[in-house]
Amino acid sequence: MANLADAVNLVETEQTARHRRPLRINWLALAMILPSIIALLLIGLYPLLFALSLSFQRFLLNRPQNNGLFVGFENYATVLNDPLFWSSLGRTLTMLLIVLIVQIVAGIGIAVLIDSSRWRAVNWTVKTALVIPIAMTPAVVGLLGLLIFNRDFGLMNYLLGLIGIEKVNWLGDPTMAMVAIILTDIWQWTPFAALIMLSSLAIVPHDMVEAAKLDTKNSWTIFRYVKLPYLMPGITAFMIIRTADVLKLFDMPFTLTRGGPGVSTELISLYVQRMGFRIFDMGVASAQAVLLLILCIILARAYIHFFYRTPESE
Amino acid sequence: MARAENFQTGLLSSRAQKATIRRQRIPPSAWLQLALLILLLIFILTPFFWMVSTSLKEQNDTFAIPPKIIFTPTLEHYNLVLFSPSAIVPTGLQNSLIVATLTTLLALVLGTPAAYVLARFEFRGKRDLWFWFISNRFISPIVVALPFFLIARDLQLLNKPQALILIYLTFNIPLVVWLCLDQFRAIPRDLDEQAKVDGCNLFESFWRINLPLAIPGVVVSAILCFIFSWNELLFALILNRSSGQTAPVQAANFMTGFGVKWGEMMATGTLIVLPVVIFAAIVSRHLARGLTMGAIK
Repeated sequence: MANLADAVNLVETEQTARHRRPLRINWLALAMILPSIIALLLIGLYPLLFALSLSFQRFLLNRPQNNGLFVGFENYATVLNDPLFWSSLGRTLTMLLIVLIVQIVAGIGIAVLIDSSRWRAVNWTVKTALVIPIAMTPAVVGLLGLLIFNRDFGLMNYLLGLIGIEKVNWLGDPTMAMVAIILTDIWQWTPFAALIMLSSLAIVPHDMVEAAKLDTKNSWTIFRYVKLPYLMPGITAFMIIRTADVLKLFDMPFTLTRGGPGVSTELISLYVQRMGFRIFDMGVASAQAVLLLILCIILARAYIHFFYRTPESE
Repeated sequence: MARAENFQTGLLSSRAQKATIRRQRIPPSAWLQLALLILLLIFILTPFFWMVSTSLKEQNDTFAIPPKIIFTPTLEHYNLVLFSPSAIVPTGLQNSLIVATLTTLLALVLGTPAAYVLARFEFRGKRDLWFWFISNRFISPIVVALPFFLIARDLQLLNKPQALILIYLTFNIPLVVWLCLDQFRAIPRDLDEQAKVDGCNLFESFWRINLPLAIPGVVVSAILCFIFSWNELLFALILNRSSGQTAPVQAANFMTGFGVKWGEMMATGTLIVLPVVIFAAIVSRHLARGLTMGAIK
């Protein structure tokens, strides 16, 4: 595991550093950083390795007789041949693509709107309100979704009725239930995109914008060539954070649809949880989790490779 | 005296002038912006207000079409979920408070010295170590939840707050390190040199000089840790199923389907959400900074 290698690397570095130039303070520095490393090794890395070993075992919570039997890649074969795994993964990635596009575009729109508006008090109110959806407990947001997307007396159908659209069976229809989850996610997390874009816009140098205004009156051109470059790091970071969030999205869909109707909204985290704690097959669930983790690492590494800068490379 | 008066009237008139200029100058596009901002505000806040108002409605009013905006409020649902003999919400909130507070404190105790060392020392593999710290925040909880369940079962930590306090460190330590690292970097190193001259060792200069100066970053990370821990469902659902339930687990236990007690459900939801929402709104500036700080660096 790369993580373990990193940790070993640190210890070696500390030793070689001590050989090169014996500094008294290194011991104290080590003592200050070590507790957090040990904590993360114990609660982060150890369970991870545990999951890895479980994924090669037969491990049924409800029939523990043969638990611990080494089965090689059998669990992985089960997962890779499981159409439900692929459909839940496909569903999750589709949702990811939609929410990323909508939230980034809407987030930029909101940020530009606030940034260019002269209504100070309203701006301040909107900025304050933006943190509210982000802070709301996702499990409660899911419950709230049950109310708002209710077919008979939900707010959503009432509003659609006002513009003459017939009642939609949001949570009973496989497609619409997915749309309900996506809409809820958009409501909750677009403000996060807007906040990131707002603070990115704040670092656009004012005189550059003024200079550009002398050249062109087209505000789209100014946005595209002067402001957008400053938004790119924020957009990338948003993509990384939200990708991880959507791949582990559990709370809100769990209370909103429980993966239903049928398995039509079962996102990957819901499926892994069901495999582990409803079907009680920890071996297969662990294999799923390991594959999910690998996907997570590949995506994060890809984003970081293409766009992201750590504090070191500033 | 006279001059002051003069000055004041001058100021007043210039202010009045500005006001009139401003009033004259408002172009239609600004009114459009205002309309859009208000629409946005309604879009953001309506679901929240809907939850609160439903928690105060009689069941009949909940089903009303068109939805009732003006109604006679009732506290019966709150009375039921908080004070009836079978009420479980108070213990849920209490458990959440204990878990969120203690895990936040622990994350600060472990995370801030580590962030300080990372900000002040150069060593090989530091970048990898930083990345490893941060990557813990991105690991899907379901990956570690399965083994953690088995480990906690063997250590007899199921249904106890300790297990949650520890496991929440997986996302809280990275958060503290991430945000505080930035904060410590912003503190001039001269202060450390000065402290060394005064005979402070590394820890003393961290504790007495750097930490107090880094309080803004520490507070922001503490707020975020608290909110994320308060809101967490998956670990809590798997580890603390029966006793020791946190509030989000109770929210998730509301049955879906027919005969849902909407009022009680929304009253419970409001009780869970209201503390963090009020908290977040009060410190919204800092919160927005914390949420976006790592992002635009």
